[in-house]
Amino acid sequence: MFGDLTEKLTNVFDTVRSRGKLTEENIGQACDSVRKALIEADVNFTIVKDFISRVREQALGEQKVKKIKAGDYFIKIVSDELTSLLGEGNAEIPFVKDGPTIIMMCGLQGSGKTTTVGKLAYKLKNEGRKPLLVAADIQRPAAIEQLHVLGEQVGVPVFSKQNSTPPEICIEALAVAKSENADVIILDTAGRLHVDEELMNELHLINKKVKPHQTYLVVDAMIGQDAVNSAKEFNDRLELDGLILTKLDGDSRGGAAISIRHVTGKTIKFVGMGEKLDALESFYPDRLASRILGMGDIVGLVEKAESAIEEADAKKLEEKILKNNFDFNDFLKQLQMLKKMGSIKDLLGMIPGIGKAMKGVDVDPKQFLVIEAIIQSMTNKERLVPELIENQVSRRKRIAKGCGQTMQMVTNLLKQFKQMKKMMKGLGKAKGMFGGGGMDMESLGGLMGGDQFTDRDLQSARSFAKGKVGPSKEAIKAKRKKEKAQKKKNRKKKK
Amino acid sequence: MVFGFGKKKVKVVDPENSEPIEAELEVEEETIEVEEELIEEKPKRSFFQKLKDGLRKTRDIFSGRLKKLFTIGSKIDQDTLDELEEILLSSDMGFEVAESIKESVSKAYKNKEVENDTEIKLFIQDEIKSILKDGLENTGKPIQKINLNGPTIITIIGVNGSGKTTSIAKLTKSIVDGGHSVMLAAADTFRAAAVEQLTIWSERLGVEIVKPAKTGSDPASVVYDATELAIQKNVDFLIIDTAGRLHTQKDLMAQLHKMHNVIKKKIPEAPHETILILDGTTGQNAVVQGIEFGKVHDITGLIMTKLDGSAKGGVLIRMCKELQIPIRYIGMGEQIDDLETFSPEKFVDALFE
Repeated sequence: MFGDLTEKLTNVFDTVRSRGKLTEENIGQACDSVRKALIEADVNFTIVKDFISRVREQALGEQKVKKIKAGDYFIKIVSDELTSLLGEGNAEIPFVKDGPTIIMMCGLQGSGKTTTVGKLAYKLKNEGRKPLLVAADIQRPAAIEQLHVLGEQVGVPVFSKQNSTPPEICIEALAVAKSENADVIILDTAGRLHVDEELMNELHLINKKVKPHQTYLVVDAMIGQDAVNSAKEFNDRLELDGLILTKLDGDSRGGAAISIRHVTGKTIKFVGMGEKLDALESFYPDRLASRILGMGDIVGLVEKAESAIEEADAKKLEEKILKNNFDFNDFLKQLQMLKKMGSIKDLLGMIPGIGKAMKGVDVDPKQFLVIEAIIQSMTNKERLVPELIENQVSRRKRIAKGCGQTMQMVTNLLKQFKQMKKMMKGLGKAKGMFGGGGMDMESLGGLMGGDQFTDRDLQSARSFAKGKVGPSKEAIKAKRKKEKAQKKKNRKKKK
Repeated sequence: MVFGFGKKKVKVVDPENSEPIEAELEVEEETIEVEEELIEEKPKRSFFQKLKDGLRKTRDIFSGRLKKLFTIGSKIDQDTLDELEEILLSSDMGFEVAESIKESVSKAYKNKEVENDTEIKLFIQDEIKSILKDGLENTGKPIQKINLNGPTIITIIGVNGSGKTTSIAKLTKSIVDGGHSVMLAAADTFRAAAVEQLTIWSERLGVEIVKPAKTGSDPASVVYDATELAIQKNVDFLIIDTAGRLHTQKDLMAQLHKMHNVIKKKIPEAPHETILILDGTTGQNAVVQGIEFGKVHDITGLIMTKLDGSAKGGVLIRMCKELQIPIRYIGMGEQIDDLETFSPEKFVDALFE
């Protein structure tokens, strides 16, 4: 599981780091752990084998590089190799100039083809295209109805026909597209096993008769070692143009992405991130690489934070923190931002290092509701001047009564708040880590009572993100500079 | 050829190259040849045959490599063991299980308990069989009527696309064939046309179905209505189809919990069976699924679907070992009869045969 693997890898990298040098022995150890992580992530074992030998070779070969820390260097080799295995993401669909572009979806049963067809139609419609959906799955009961329902939700036409074979339906759809004035045709084919001769022939026949411009294989992100066999067979029969990875909103590590990408050599076009129609996203190899390795998805976190936090709010909050004026009203605002960002546990999982601290701890979003209730039970004056509550039992009593909590809870919250404020005071010096001090790792860590997120974790995460975490970069630099200056000062003082 | 291991496969399968090896083997392992013949004579297109057909491609690689591994090299060294581990890993059994089997093989070899490939194969088979059976009395046990004074209630749970609805159809068929009455509850009110899918099956099978008033309505209310009706009509079994959900979706897992509670209000000891449906191609995430769904309700059994492909479903071994969930059935195809009670012996034999 997530925390588990993060921990193991962190440990390996820590040991390699602590020794300062890459030796044959610690490279071996680190490689073993990476190997295990990759197998547990469902990367095909032959690919893992090649991968590990390449990493080992590189790590051994470049021992003389002295400017970079050994551990960082090792992580870099692993992440670069992994990212390159995943290839570049490319969400562009090449449309043809004349007539409708035909897109065919295929895959194993239950991989999520029909849902993906709906999502793709939604996306294309929003981009101003006119898709026509074609129900070519006559195998599964009610598959046609499912597509009709999706078509209705998206607001695009769906073509289906009783008592016809899938190739016939697809051919007829070409004419229908003309009358419907559609510029994209999406064929939803039945799920089939790659060893099913009959159904694979049928797919081949559709391919021959309709000549789709794009053929996408839809793959469940939870698939195991066998991913290579099915993907290879589909690719051999149909010559795929791209891959779509579904159900990535779960907690599977998605190592199969490496397998299918490797065996087909095709681009991963999109990833499915949920059941809603808009949950089809572009693919980012570096993010998936860190997910596979269990290093956390720091870029995803920043993006999530960005979408949930109003720039102006963040700025105000930052100022308050800088001036140490942070009060309960601000705290309430922060909580509400957190809630907007989605499940807390998901969020924490994205932070490298925190997974380790949070092992076995289930963060209950309801806890935040309790905190909210307590704050809402305070008068505005009390929120601005928390010391009032601290000094008067009657106030605490009233607050507790107002929110239906015990006085102990109110006292606890006060304590936590004080701690947090203290921490923020320190943080204020290291100005706004994520371009808005409102929601950063350390205050989050403090809020959860977990271990603090270390600078080093951020560093390794950053090497994964390859500098895409723009705002934080300068923030760290600034922080480091200040720390250095502080240390110098201290040394001088000692002298 | 992308894979090194693919190349090896060709060598073994290629009649020209494999002949000398086969010849060698015949002399050494006459007993094995006899055993294989016996197996071949078993009922036509039986479960075993289907499983074998399904697993043929990978099996060839599997057993071919295993044979080669232990016949050509005169003694077992680290390389041999590492390669053995890789063979095991290819089945999705996971790192820990593969590692532990590798170690026990190594130990047994040092103690001279096993000496050649045949013995090692049998040794590994026994290891896995015991994992699949040990402490799991319900392994391979078909669904039976547990509640003698009312409906036996079965909830079917699992992630999206694992094959819940199809498995329910197959299960219903086998129960109806056994002379019992079945009622279905379409509690997947989320996915488009899921209710229609189950309705079509109920019509084909001639069983009653309880449906939601409209799409998106509370599945717990469907469950409530169905439980009440099942008691009232005194059917033997009530099978509840739930929406596929990823175990990471807290709200949906809570909803599943609520459904179970609703049943308990009517019959405290129900649901009598909670069956997790697992896609046969699933990798190591299956274990997490088992853990998370197990938190909602004790899982009384597992059905693994889609094993008629080339996936070997080795993660089953991990599920048994780490979670103690008994495997009840496996799904072997799209036909309504393609549900077989699980047999550890046959499963492992087919895996290694």
